[in-house]
Formats: sequence, C-alpha cells, structure tokens
Amino acid sequence: MTDKREWPLWEIFIRGQHGASHRHVGSLHAPDAEMAILNARDVYTRRKEGVSIWAVPANAIAASSPSKKGPMYDPAEDKAYRHPTFFDIPKVVGPM
Amino acid sequence: MYAQMVKSEGPKDQDDPAKLAEFQARIDAGDKIEPKDWMPEGYRKTLIRQIGQHAHSEIVGQLPEGNWITRAPTLERKAILLAKVQDEAGHGLYLYCAAETLGVSRDEMTEMLLDGRMKYSSIFAYPTLTWADMGAVGWLVDGAAIMNQVPLQRTSFGPYSRAMIRVCKEESFHQRQGFDIMMKMCAGSPAQKQMAQDALNRFWYPALMMFGPSDKDSVHSSQSMAWKIKMNTNDELRQKFVDQTVPQAEYLGLTIPDDTLAWNEEKGGYDFAEPDWDEFFEVLKGNGPCSVDRIATRKKAWDDGAWVRDGLMAHAEKARAAKVAAE
Repeated sequence: MTDKREWPLWEIFIRGQHGASHRHVGSLHAPDAEMAILNARDVYTRRKEGVSIWAVPANAIAASSPSKKGPMYDPAEDKAYRHPTFFDIPKVVGPM
Repeated sequence: MYAQMVKSEGPKDQDDPAKLAEFQARIDAGDKIEPKDWMPEGYRKTLIRQIGQHAHSEIVGQLPEGNWITRAPTLERKAILLAKVQDEAGHGLYLYCAAETLGVSRDEMTEMLLDGRMKYSSIFAYPTLTWADMGAVGWLVDGAAIMNQVPLQRTSFGPYSRAMIRVCKEESFHQRQGFDIMMKMCAGSPAQKQMAQDALNRFWYPALMMFGPSDKDSVHSSQSMAWKIKMNTNDELRQKFVDQTVPQAEYLGLTIPDDTLAWNEEKGGYDFAEPDWDEFFEVLKGNGPCSVDRIATRKKAWDDGAWVRDGLMAHAEKARAAKVAAE
C-alpha cells in the first residue's frame, strides 16, 4: 500500500420506480460524489432497483444516540389518540 | 460455509455481567443489534472475522468463474456469467460495508486477506477445469451458500442481516444458471454428459466441506449460536444440502460419487460419506490446489490498482480545492 488514505464512505439512497421517497440501501467507498453515484449504479441498481440515486458523505450524517432510545421515543407510547382507530365512530355516520 | 471455522470469542472479563445479560436478553427477544449499541468485545471480534471471511470468499470466488468468461461457449452464456461474477463483487462490497460498521476498514481487511491473517472459503482453492465446472459451481457451490445464507438473514447483527437479505435476493439466479448449464450438458453428446459427471465428481466433496467440520469437532459453535451469528449447526445444513441435491442429480441423470449414499427412512434423509477432513484442514491452511494462485492474483490486483485508488483520491482533492478557490 502506498499510503493510508482510504476512499471515504458514502451512504446511498435510492428512489424506486413508483415515486416513493429515496430509501437508504447501503454504503460504499468512492473518492468523490461523482464516483460514488457511478459506483452506486453498479452496486445497488443492477436489477433496475431505482431511478434516482443520492450519495451522502457518511460523516455528514447526524444520528440519534441508541442510549437515548427511552427518552426519545417513549413519550409517544401513551398517545394512542394520534391513531385514527382510537376513536369509535358509529357505522351509520359513513366513511370517515 | 463462506465463513468456515470462524474462531469465536466468548465474553471477556472486562464485560460488565449486567450488560452481558441485557445484551443476551435483547438477542433472545429477537432484537437487532446495531453498530452503535453496546456489544461484548467477543461478539464484535467474532463478527469481524466471520463477515470478513464471508466478504473475502465472495471476492476470491470471482476468480474460478472469471477463468471461463473469455471462453464461454456462446455470447449469451458469457453475458450471464459476467453478470453473475459482477453480482459476487457486489456481494463482497455489501459484506465489507457490514463489517466496517464494527470498526475495521475494508483496506485493512484486504491486507489481512493478502498476508494470511484472514481466510476465505476452502471451496475457492479448487480449479475450474472445464465449462461444466461453471455448471457445477453454480448448482452446488451457490446452492450450498444459499443454504447457509437464508437463515443468516435472521442473524442478530442488523447490518449483516440486511446484507444477507440483499445477497439472498440475487443468489437464486446464480444457482439456477448453474443448473441450467448442467441440464444443457446432460442433454448433449455423451462426451458433454461425461464432462458434467466429471465436474460433479470433483466438486461434490469440496461442496460438502463448505459447511465446515462435523458438529462433534466444531468447537466454536455454541457461543455463536447463542449470539445468533450462526443459525444452524454445520451437520444440519450439510444434511439439508444433500437431501435437496440428490434428487436434482437424479433428474440430471448423474451419479453422486459416493457408494455409501442411501436413503434412510428412519431419519428421513440420506446417509452419505463424510468428505476427507484432512484435505479440508490442509486447504484452510493455504495448501489447496489453487491457494497460492488465488492470493497472488488478489495481491496483483491490489498492488496494480494502488495508483488508480491514489490517483482518484488526488484528483478529488484537487477538484475540491479548485472549487473552494473559485467560491
């Protein structure tokens, strides 16, 4: 090996055929954004899995901390009223 | 399998017993462990070895098949084989990325493969001598791989599980293209059918070795099974593979090279001969028929590609600097 500079890591997001959002599919190494997209084409869309690729430098992603899972997500637990099925609406009222 | 004889490490003294218990409870409950979650050092190290070995096998596994790309009998067969070998490169990349989430870089793993600190599956140390070997490799080798990879989709480590799901989606094409080659050869001239039989004769026992040593000699299984990074025992998977493959050989009109092979009504599976385990251990040590050649080929590709990797990095840095200067 000549030196220890490895190609940076990119996170790859792909939008499928039917207009859904871009979804994270995995990561890969590439020297720059242009190569990241070219590589992503070969690594993640060999079977027409998508029509649009985003490549994001992995170190640009901010992530929530796994140890804060409780304080972050538990408050949603007792708010079942956010879901439509919480409310009993009489059948006679019709579609709602 | 693609990761054979992975030396596993149990919990360490420095691991907090309360955290260990909580970790095991998460696994028992079917939770996925993600890279930033707390994990025992032994879990992390075993997974790096296992996923790394699996990734190396995908990459080295391109070589026996790459051998026939230029000599495929038709343009269609060439295009199909090319697509399959490209898939193997992709599978290697998914797996390297999964291993990298555990704190080892792909370049480090590559260097560990090249200097012998990491291994690849014994199956790829065997030569591919005829076109029928492309059939036998797809049918038997990819077939054996699928047997192991399907349950690994449920493994406890999130990135490994996701890589396996992706691999499994693509792997079935590989086995079918192999069987398709075998069907063509077996429906051909007597010489072609003999070529298919010869390929089966040479690949049968090496394919059985892919599952690793017998459970009674497999020292590393129990911890890995408790951590759900190994889902079935070696013997279970080997039995399943034989039971599935024998009828396929019968369909082709080929003979499994094992005189002792017989249906055992009581266990509902075939009795079959064990492969030569001494040969297996020799191959794992790097003394297989093509072991030296495989690593030499990988090393040449790695060394010859260094200027490309460095050149693209230098170009990217220059372009970035020019863009900053222009702003």
